[in-house]
Amino acid sequence: MSTGRPPKKGKHISYAKWGYIFIAPFFVVFLIFQLVPLGSTIYYSFFQYFRSGLRIIGPSFVGMKNYISLFQTDLPKYFGNTMLMWVAGFVPQILVALLLACWFTNERLNLKGQRFFKTVIYMPNLIMASAFAMLFFTLFSDNGPVNASLVSMGILKQPFQFLSNVSGARGLVAFMNFLMWFGNTTIVLMAAIMGVDPGLYEAAEIDGASSMQMFWKITIPLIQPIMVYVLITSLIGGLQMFDVPQILTNGQGEPDRCTTTMIMYLNNHMYSKNYGMAGAVSTVLFVMCAVLCLLVYASLTNDNDSARKVRKGSAKS
Amino acid sequence: MKGTMKKWTAAALAAAMAVSMVGCGGGNSGNSQASTASNAKSDAASTQSTAAGTSKEGKTLNIWCWNDEFQGQFNKFYPNVKEVAKDKSTTTLKDGTVVKWTINPNDNNNYQNKLDAALQAQDSAKQDDKIDMFLVEADYALKYVDSDYTLDIKKDIGLTDDDLSNQYKYTKDIVTDKKGVQKGTSWQATPGLFAYRRSIAKSVLGTDDPEKVQAQLADWDKFNSVAAKAHDKGYKMLSGYDDSYRVFSNNVSAPWVNGTTVTVDPNLMNWVKQTKEYTDKGYNNKTALWDDKWQSDQGPAGKVFGFFYSTWGINFTLVGNSLKTPVKEGGKEEVGNGIYGDYAVCKGPQNYYWGGTWMCAAKGTDNAGTIKDIMKSLTCNKDIMKSITEKTQDYTNHQAAMQEIANSDFKSKFLGGQNHIKLFSEVAPKIDMSKTGIYDQGMNEGFQNAFKDYFTGNADVAKAKANFEKTVKEKYPELTDVKWPTT
Repeated sequence: MSTGRPPKKGKHISYAKWGYIFIAPFFVVFLIFQLVPLGSTIYYSFFQYFRSGLRIIGPSFVGMKNYISLFQTDLPKYFGNTMLMWVAGFVPQILVALLLACWFTNERLNLKGQRFFKTVIYMPNLIMASAFAMLFFTLFSDNGPVNASLVSMGILKQPFQFLSNVSGARGLVAFMNFLMWFGNTTIVLMAAIMGVDPGLYEAAEIDGASSMQMFWKITIPLIQPIMVYVLITSLIGGLQMFDVPQILTNGQGEPDRCTTTMIMYLNNHMYSKNYGMAGAVSTVLFVMCAVLCLLVYASLTNDNDSARKVRKGSAKS
Repeated sequence: MKGTMKKWTAAALAAAMAVSMVGCGGGNSGNSQASTASNAKSDAASTQSTAAGTSKEGKTLNIWCWNDEFQGQFNKFYPNVKEVAKDKSTTTLKDGTVVKWTINPNDNNNYQNKLDAALQAQDSAKQDDKIDMFLVEADYALKYVDSDYTLDIKKDIGLTDDDLSNQYKYTKDIVTDKKGVQKGTSWQATPGLFAYRRSIAKSVLGTDDPEKVQAQLADWDKFNSVAAKAHDKGYKMLSGYDDSYRVFSNNVSAPWVNGTTVTVDPNLMNWVKQTKEYTDKGYNNKTALWDDKWQSDQGPAGKVFGFFYSTWGINFTLVGNSLKTPVKEGGKEEVGNGIYGDYAVCKGPQNYYWGGTWMCAAKGTDNAGTIKDIMKSLTCNKDIMKSITEKTQDYTNHQAAMQEIANSDFKSKFLGGQNHIKLFSEVAPKIDMSKTGIYDQGMNEGFQNAFKDYFTGNADVAKAKANFEKTVKEKYPELTDVKWPTT
């Protein structure tokens, strides 16, 4: 490839074979570790298959029974919990990330110590989510340092039970998701902003545009594809939210199951190794993810009018 | 030449890929990695005959448990211990056998899930990876006792009726399967008690004498009125929501599950009522069992009148929590360090028991001889049992030994000079474990969690009941109905 020599006439050498060989490992790994489990998950979702104590019950085919009983449970509530905590974390995340990305890339501001701050804001993402959740669990426990300092500063009279309060627990989960991901989003958005042709800004400045105008009229429209990417990846990540609330609430999804996410609900079924119900939950989640992603993708890329509406709407909130 | 180089490189890369993939697929039960290295050595060693002459005994004894209680007991009191590894992961016995400890915490059924998986893979596991012995708790002992994964401790292991004659009957009954075969044995009897702070009792009741305090706590009405008095003086009667749970849940009229129907006993609703009242009136400190606030409530800074505890709670939790300077930081277990010496115990409003640990021998073990010796030493040997009680305050499962201590002038310094063994020897024979079943742990955890929302005000009773039903159906898909008491 690098030699640039034209292939000899009459003796056509195809390097395509090597290309396939080199990408083969991915497909082999994908097949074994992703596609086969996916298939078996869907397959088992039509079976009654769990353990009662040390006895294994099933697998016996039960048709759609798992799905029927699934929709009789609180599945919509858990979906709502998941989305609520995701949105509450994502909105500040995208706003702060956008602001920071603009500041970091603005040549006039020319912030000092950028490298330091970029590292610092990325840090929370490097910590294991479970360790991070454990840290917050300790920080915000009833006699943890947060409560202790709030009480000693006289802001609170009695320790506030963050984890026994619906908005407290949900807020903590959202806050942690925000902390863990805004650094990552900032870096991605910075890359997007730096990809914008500087000539556009220069031209706009000559025309007398204010920096606000440049932001809304140049930056935002041009980084839209990356914003869509950020939104979709975050949505998928959000729907699969598990480790943070699981550890923070000790696996209970307390209080009143209000921090139980879809995957935590799935995990509850693994108590009895209930592959049937767990498979049904996973399949529903898979379909939901696919539909939501298609929706977001379609509305933000194909139709320009609606794209602008969604964009403005999200920027205002 | 170049072409062959490329081919070789590609082949090497592909091979590397394949190897790493196989490596991923092979990892089975998570903790097998650590064992493989040591196995290679012990495999070689096991071909030589051992000094004890038991040439068929394996060189590795795998013990599974959920905390370090038994491990500590074992290392301290088993006479054949030669040395303990620095990280405590293994203990070497005098005959060269290496005891490997596998500890999986209990929360959310974690221990049982891992144990189940390992037991089901027992047949295909390598001899030195097989579980040889595992511990079970009262809450789920029956699950393992009624299975084929546990061995008959008399026929298969070799303990005799004579060896076991001094153990409390209930400790044998609970691990006896439907056919009458005893499948486990325990070193402790676990009558419940109420451990109270002497100083707080003096301030609230004017006395710290166990018998006089007991008289004022003899039933729930009296207990509640003491709670009100303690509250007036600025103390909390109990620490958390679940503190009194066991007292109620042990005094139920039927096991949790009958067939596929879950029956919630009226007494459990009494617990709900009492705890809600205590929470609303500020009689408790809103903690949960085992959380750090609950633990610190037992320490020098605590303002809690007392704790419902079982015998093991004294040595395993209460002593450590009472110290101002923990042993780890150089503190000593002696009067003057924190509130050591400020506790005393009494029977409390109702008889109950809590916990208890049984040793079971796993099917497929190659260490039956060692297991017999361990069981015999740690659950039947009068002298060892006596010294466990004298040194750790734990109440051991040997009636004659306990009787001796009860009648002696034994005094617990931790309990301010009280001979608590005397109290226990009176209540231990009254323990009734006939209402236990295989679902107890999941049910108890689920019930406490569901009603926690009611106590904290996040849900009303109906909501908490509904949440409990959801939990039951998630945990045990085979159970179909939940019946609530009518009152």
